[in-house]
Amino acid sequence: MAGAKNHQYHILPPDIWPLIGSLSALTFTSGMVLFMHRDTLSGWPIVLGLGIAGLIATFFSWFSNIVKEAQAGDHTPVVQLHLRYGMILFIASEVMFFLGWFWAFFDFSLFPSELSEVVGGQFPPRAIEAVMDPFDLPLLNTLILLCSGTTVTWAHHCLIHGDRDGLKKGLWLTILLGMLFTSIQAYEYAHAPFNFGENTYGSAFYMATGFHGFHVLVGTIFLIVCLVRAYKGHFTPQQHFGFEAAAWYWHFVDVVWLFLFVVVYVWGGWGAPIH
Amino acid sequence: MATTADHFQAHHDDHAHHDADHKPGFFARWFMSTNHKDIGTLYLIFAIFAGIVGGAISGVMRAELMEPGIQVLGGWVNMWGGEASFEANLHAWNVLITAHGLIMVFFMVMPAMIGGFGNWFVPLMIGAPDMAFPRMNNISFWLTVAGFTSLSISLFMPGDATGLGSGTGWTVYAPLSTSGSVGPATDFAIFALHLAGAASIMGAINFITTIFNMRAPGMTLHKMPLFVWSILVTAFLLLLALPVLAAAITMLITDRNFGTTFFEASGGGDPILYQHLFWFFGHPEVYIMILPGFGMVSQIVATFSRKPVFGYLGMAYAMVAIGVVGFIVWAHHMFTTGLSVNEKMYFTAATMVIAVPTGVKIFSWIATMWGGSIEFKSPMVWSIGFIFLFTVGGVTGVYLANGGVDDVVHDTYFVVAHFHYVLSMGAVFSLFAGFYYWFPKMSGRMHSELLAHLHFWGFFIGVNVIFFPQHFLGLNGMPRRYPDYALAFEHWNHVSTIGYMIMAGSMIFFFVNLIYAFTAGKKAAPNYWGEGATTLEWSLTSPPPYHQFETLPVIDDDHDYHNHLPPAAPATA
Repeated sequence: MAGAKNHQYHILPPDIWPLIGSLSALTFTSGMVLFMHRDTLSGWPIVLGLGIAGLIATFFSWFSNIVKEAQAGDHTPVVQLHLRYGMILFIASEVMFFLGWFWAFFDFSLFPSELSEVVGGQFPPRAIEAVMDPFDLPLLNTLILLCSGTTVTWAHHCLIHGDRDGLKKGLWLTILLGMLFTSIQAYEYAHAPFNFGENTYGSAFYMATGFHGFHVLVGTIFLIVCLVRAYKGHFTPQQHFGFEAAAWYWHFVDVVWLFLFVVVYVWGGWGAPIH
Repeated sequence: MATTADHFQAHHDDHAHHDADHKPGFFARWFMSTNHKDIGTLYLIFAIFAGIVGGAISGVMRAELMEPGIQVLGGWVNMWGGEASFEANLHAWNVLITAHGLIMVFFMVMPAMIGGFGNWFVPLMIGAPDMAFPRMNNISFWLTVAGFTSLSISLFMPGDATGLGSGTGWTVYAPLSTSGSVGPATDFAIFALHLAGAASIMGAINFITTIFNMRAPGMTLHKMPLFVWSILVTAFLLLLALPVLAAAITMLITDRNFGTTFFEASGGGDPILYQHLFWFFGHPEVYIMILPGFGMVSQIVATFSRKPVFGYLGMAYAMVAIGVVGFIVWAHHMFTTGLSVNEKMYFTAATMVIAVPTGVKIFSWIATMWGGSIEFKSPMVWSIGFIFLFTVGGVTGVYLANGGVDDVVHDTYFVVAHFHYVLSMGAVFSLFAGFYYWFPKMSGRMHSELLAHLHFWGFFIGVNVIFFPQHFLGLNGMPRRYPDYALAFEHWNHVSTIGYMIMAGSMIFFFVNLIYAFTAGKKAAPNYWGEGATTLEWSLTSPPPYHQFETLPVIDDDHDYHNHLPPAAPATA
């Protein structure tokens, strides 16, 4: 067979979305700068809006194409292996991203500034009048996330054993638990006894838990996509990497939360007055 | 007896004119590419462009430093529509050094080595038809362009009260980058790093997946060419180091704009924390810039010595060791920030350890040449230049690794000389070596060896005249990052600028050579370097078909591609 593809790899036709995605990313970051300097620069709603719209369109089309290709049988065993490697490596890079935020938190908590009046050589800083009770809503959120880890595993087992009904139920429950977590987190932020920024605690606490919250949102969307695909009849007991990637991501988000709970909520607030 | 490669060659010639060579139209080919060779070409063109910009900026800097006093910067400020004043001139200087560093690191060396040569030759060398994620490969390239665009925009945005552009240095240290430069220029520069970083993380995922999963049947990890090993280690460094930088510069963004106090001392924040986070990324980053060069030099030295590379496994695992140890030495960039004596002792000792695997590599290259049938073709002279000059930079590196010595020469021109010996002579020499080695393979046209040699000698003399005197300047106490200096430093600064002119002049040979190759260059044979070149890319036409290896090559046991053994030798005896 002269000139014909004689291997299992996936050779792709040219695609416009990488270019659109990059332009959208640049538009988004430029819009962010305009927003942050809205006192002196104008036009941020248009630029930022265009950037976000472009990014959403890119993600939507790109992942739609991947799903279509999977349904068309382009994902041979070796291509599925690529996707597995890709997802694991992506999660590894995410772990290193969170390492940066934990690094900041440990710096502030183990070596609180003696010079800063708002910190006064103690952690939580002197300016923090009270912290959240870790064994109140945060503990509940821990249980919710752990529970959602169980339900997503339930869904996985149902999928493997050909129980489509159980798959949908498990996914529904996981998504609802994820949304419950996000809602409780939002409530907690709104009623926290300390503000965003202002001192090391308000900075490290909100940025670390905030980025985690963002990842919960992304993971929830990922699971919703899987649920929609489940209703469309996608996934087989043998081939369902889209689902597995979502589950891996969800477990990763879960583990980050456990570290946040133990380090930031329990250990980081130890000895401080509780709200 | 036909070897696998020969067999495959025949097979390819057979069908190269059919589907395998069918190329899409212009826009689809260059703006929507999913082809590793086209994306590699785009990266190389981009890197050459960025190199011209970054090199021109250093020309402005050398012109300013040719004489004491401030001569050039005022005109530079006026040229960009500003109003020259003492403060504006100094700010312009800071903008220049920032742009030079960021462009050369993120938009010249990295795109050329990893994006350019990595994309082109990793799939070819492992016998793969393309990268594992061809679309993600493309967004890696365009995000790099987006990052460069964001950095370019920053040059025209208010930096601080005194002028346009971001003048924070490539390290973006707080508090200069937070309360010290409040204008939007620094935000654009930070986002440029975010965009380029995202591009590199995706590229790293792509390379690791490709190298682990797409090696041709029979090519075990221990048969993989050393260039592929170097890209594999580099990709792991990118994957694990860049996200920490992303966290650090996100903290800069929120400190600058949203009222957090990560690096704001009044809120208990810690400016030294930024330096820790930055150098936890930054030290692996310097190995990211040199490891692919190690890989290329290994291929080239073996090719032109017509010998297997000496100590293949030692060479591969030396790179792994450099990569691992590279993560635990970062604070040697921070010896003067008030580290305790114990910390300084640890980071001194750990840094010295890196000399061991690096020494393994230097000595193995020499041992590869030893007793070889050496041909001084242009890639080889650039590689020998690399080995010599990188060793000079490595020796000053051992000096600087000492916390006590560094206390004296920290932030002086001695440091500038050191890292330019390992980068603009190490990394850049390996880039030119790789370029001349593979240019005919990529373009299908032979370059002029004469012009390539002239380029080498001009460049070699030029960069040494630029940077060797900077050791003297640094030891005599001239600090980095100032546009003016005491009269005592005049002589060697003058010499240094003359070196720049020699170096810049030699680049004419490079560009003339490109024009020559594309207009009058002879057509390149599949293996134009002869029997010393045994990796899989030499089994393909020059340039290779649009989609190569549509039937995967099989690497049999008696054909060690890394080993440069002439296959089936008895047949010709």
